[in-house]
Formats: sequence, structure tokens, C-alpha cells
Amino acid sequence: MVGELTWRKRILGLWLPLVAFVVVALFPFTWMAATSLKTNAELYDPKAMPLSIQHPSLVHYIDLLKETNFLIWVANTMLVAVIATAISLLLGSMLAYPLARMRFRGGALLAIAVAVTYLVPQTLLFVPMADLIGRLHLGNTLTAVMLTYPTLLVPFIAWLLMGYFKTVPKELEEQAMIDGASRWRAMTRIILPLCMPGFISAGIFAFTLSQNEFLYALLFLSKSSVRTIPIGVVGELIRGDAFYWGQLMAGALLGSIPVALIYSFFVKYYVAGLTAGAVKG
Amino acid sequence: MSKVLEASRAGALSAPAHRPFRFGRLGAFMERESVFSWLMLTPPMLFLLAFLGYPFIYGVYLSFFHKEVARAASFVGFGNFVKLYNDPIFWQAVRNTIIFTGVATILKASGGLAMALVMNQSFKMKSVTRAALLLPFIVPTVLSTVAWQWILDPGMGLFNRLLVVSGLATTGPSWLGNPTMAMISIIMVNTWRGLPFFGISILAGLQTIPVDLHESATIDGAGTWGRFRYVTLPSLMPVILIVTTFSIVITFFDFQLVYVLTGGGPANSTHLMATYAYSLSMGAGQMGLGSAVALSMVPVLGLLLVALTFFVRKD
Repeated sequence: MVGELTWRKRILGLWLPLVAFVVVALFPFTWMAATSLKTNAELYDPKAMPLSIQHPSLVHYIDLLKETNFLIWVANTMLVAVIATAISLLLGSMLAYPLARMRFRGGALLAIAVAVTYLVPQTLLFVPMADLIGRLHLGNTLTAVMLTYPTLLVPFIAWLLMGYFKTVPKELEEQAMIDGASRWRAMTRIILPLCMPGFISAGIFAFTLSQNEFLYALLFLSKSSVRTIPIGVVGELIRGDAFYWGQLMAGALLGSIPVALIYSFFVKYYVAGLTAGAVKG
Repeated sequence: MSKVLEASRAGALSAPAHRPFRFGRLGAFMERESVFSWLMLTPPMLFLLAFLGYPFIYGVYLSFFHKEVARAASFVGFGNFVKLYNDPIFWQAVRNTIIFTGVATILKASGGLAMALVMNQSFKMKSVTRAALLLPFIVPTVLSTVAWQWILDPGMGLFNRLLVVSGLATTGPSWLGNPTMAMISIIMVNTWRGLPFFGISILAGLQTIPVDLHESATIDGAGTWGRFRYVTLPSLMPVILIVTTFSIVITFFDFQLVYVLTGGGPANSTHLMATYAYSLSMGAGQMGLGSAVALSMVPVLGLLLVALTFFVRKD
């Protein structure tokens, strides 16, 4: 009796809802894959079963790579994401370190100011930003987004790193300084190496958000050769009212793979970063 | 004056007193906490002032001007805001933004709580499952949104094909074609994307609740529901509150989802404040008016966050 009861509880409380969550999370990707592997004839056949594939074909992938600059968009996206992440990590830690570990006048106010930048809508910034980019003659260059993405990332990274920097006891730093190390040496040799997990989480976050950014890329990158994946896919595979669904889904799937790969290696740090602020607070 | 000098000198000497003067005078100066701090802070501050502070001030400035593309700006005071006050599409966008943010956040928070409770049990392949469940959150939004557009396609999309194949309907609904369905659709896609963020964060919160709390509640006679209501939920409240605040801000500013899925249509019925500001500035070339819409987002967001704290206090 008891065995039967827990068995039923296990199905209703665990397996059924778990399967439901997994199906909901993954079916759009299945649909992407199924669509991208069908020929157009099968794709638009109203009698065909939607999720099965009769004649698998790579024609949409071949067309995508031959007819568009998809590989260039991938390279652009990677380059922009790496550089924007590096700039953001550097500036973010320069901001977070004193705010988390030093006492000085105006520190608390500055920490609040950094947090408040979250509440500034990007839609208020984009017209002035476009003006600024124009004046710096950076329109249609990757530099434009490499410089503007960190404005979205630095406050967030600083906030995340402050949590990590605070966890290292102050005694460690004091001990190093009594032993004759300067503040700089104590920071670079003692504190920062201990915060490596924080840097990895912040880095993955910045990288993911850079790949995801849409509005600035849409405004600053109108030439095909400088586009990133999101802008390229939406801008060139949807032509007017014509949707090239096969190629679109092939592009969406291929474009998702780099992030998914990177994140599968670092999923532990990603989850740690995701939950750091929430759980500590 | 001399007293101040003396005091500051005394401060300068006493702070690094236990450290010898081997760095020299400049070195000793740099070792002071405030000097070291400001040296570190200056580069990121200058960067943020140039690329965030300046555009922000310029954006606020623009909202008080009549500014069209390639024309000189002329000061109109509160003219833009008066115009918006009389603009039904603006109020529609405000209403949509509040409904979109409110409903999607409630769905994500309750769904995320359910996901976390399910995931908090022990079962095989847990880490693979967790990775799979997080996928909607990490894939670039535009790409998954395009997939959703294809899922919701009235003729050939997955939903309507399944409805027809299974015999539930002869033709499915026009998911993005009528105002109510389109609002439901954008809320659904946003919920799909954001739910894992709640799920994984709340799961991490669940794992920090000490087991003996549950044990003592059981001894006191609490059942499953009682333990959830009086132990689990109160312990999770801080996590839920932070994740919800964060999610409200992100959802409120959402642009790309609506831009790709409906473009604000049909007939402006799904415009959010963000997409309306964009379409005024870039589509109609009314940059002053667009900036005014964007600036109006700040008090509306503030109102939503106040509503959240009020709601939590009452609980």
C-alpha cells in the first residue's frame, strides 16, 4: 500500500510535471530542427505531419551559407562578444573593487548611482547614442557596438563582482600589506585570484548578453558585412513580407549553437552567477 | 584653516602608520584608501559618464524639444508630453506594458516556483535536465522569437497544424492577427523565455533552507501544505522578491520580442512603450516625441516597483 502510494506520488509530483517542463522548454528547438531539415515542398505541404521528416535535406543550410554572409555574422558576433566582455570585465572590476572593499567618501552614493542606471531605458539612450556614434565616425563599424555594449554590461558586472569581492576577508589583504605588499600587489596577487569564479560567471553573462543584444546592433550595423547573427538573420532572411522559413530556422539553430556550447561547459558557473545575488540578498 | 591642515596631515600620517615609508612619498599617498579608490574608479566613471551619462542627459533634453530627423530642434517645453497625454496609442502602449509586465511576471514567478519544487527532488540525470530547462533563457532572444513566429503562423505554424491534424479545429486561431490573441501570444513567449531564470534561482534558494526547519514543522504537526505555507514560502520570500524585481525591470524594457513578433501590430494593439518610442523616433522621425515616451517609462516602472513592495508588505 505504502509503496503504491509513493509510486503514485512520484509520478504525479515528479515525472509528469518534469516531462511537461522539458517538453515546453524544448519543443521550439525541435520545430526549428524539423523545419530546417525539410525541403520546401514538404515544408509547405498541408497534409504532411508537422514534426516528422519524410525527405531530410540540408538544402536550407547550404543555401544559408552560400547566399548570405552567415559565417561572417558568426565571426562578427564572436569578436564583438569577446571584446565587449573583456572591456566590461576590466571596467566593471575597477568599479567594483573599491566599492566593495574600500572606505571613502561618496562610496555609498556611487554604489547607488551604479545600481540606478538599470532603470534608464535603452530606448531613451539610442537616439543620443546614434548621434554620438555618428560624430565619432563609427557608424557601420564593429567598434560602435564594442563600445556601446559595455554601457549595458558594466553596471551589471560591477554589481555581481561586488558580491564576490566582499566575500574575501579583509584580514588577508591587511596581512599581505603588513608583509610589505602594496595595495596594488595585495589586490592583484591575493584578492583577485580568489575571486576567479566571480570573473567566470560575470564573463559568461556578459558574453551571453552581448550575443543577445539587438537594439544597438539594429541601429549601428546596417551593412551586411558588419552585422551580428540576430540582426543578420532578421534583417536578411525576412525580405519584406517573404519569410524564408527553412533558412530562417537553419540560421536560428546554427546561431544558437555557439552560446549553447559555451554555456554547457560553464553551466555550473552560470547558475552560480545567476543565483549569487538572489540567494545572498 | 591651519587646524584643518593639521588634522588632514595627522590623518595622512596615522593611516599608513603601521606600514613603513618604503614606497616613498608618492607611494604612501597612493596607498591611502581614498586615493587608491579614486584612481581605480576614474577610468570606468569617465567611460560611463561619456557613454551613459551624456546620452541620458541628451535624451532628457530631447524630450523637451520638437526634433525631427535632419531638422534643427526647437524648444517646446512640456509640449511633447501634452501631445502624448492626448494620444490614444500612447495610453494603449502604457496599458499594454503594464499588462504585459504584470501578467508575464506573475506567470513566470508561479511557474518558476513550480519548476523549482519539482527540480528539488532527487532523480537521475538532474544536471542534464537543468541544462535543458535553462536553454530558452540563454539562446539569443531574436532567434527563439523567430522560431515562435513560425510556431504561431496561422496557416503552416506548428500550433495550428497540430490543431488541424488532431481534428480539434478546422482552422486554428490567428495567433498574431487579432489584438487579444496577439497580446496573449507575446505574454506566452516572454513567459517561455524568462521562466527558467525564476526556476533556477528559486531552486538555489530552496537548497539553502535548513532541513531541521522542515523536521520541526513536521513534529509540530504540519502536513505537506503546512510545511510549504509556513516554512518553504517564507524562507523563499527574499529570493522571490529579488528575482521578481529584476525580472520586472527586464520585462518592462523588453523591445526585441515585440519588434520581431508583431512589430506593435495589428493596428498598434501590441505596442509596448519601448516599441512605440522606437517607432516614433525611427519610423516617424519624431525624435523629441519618441524620447518623451521613453522618459515616461521611468515613472511607470517606478509605479510597478512600488506596487510590488506594497503587495509584498500586505502579504
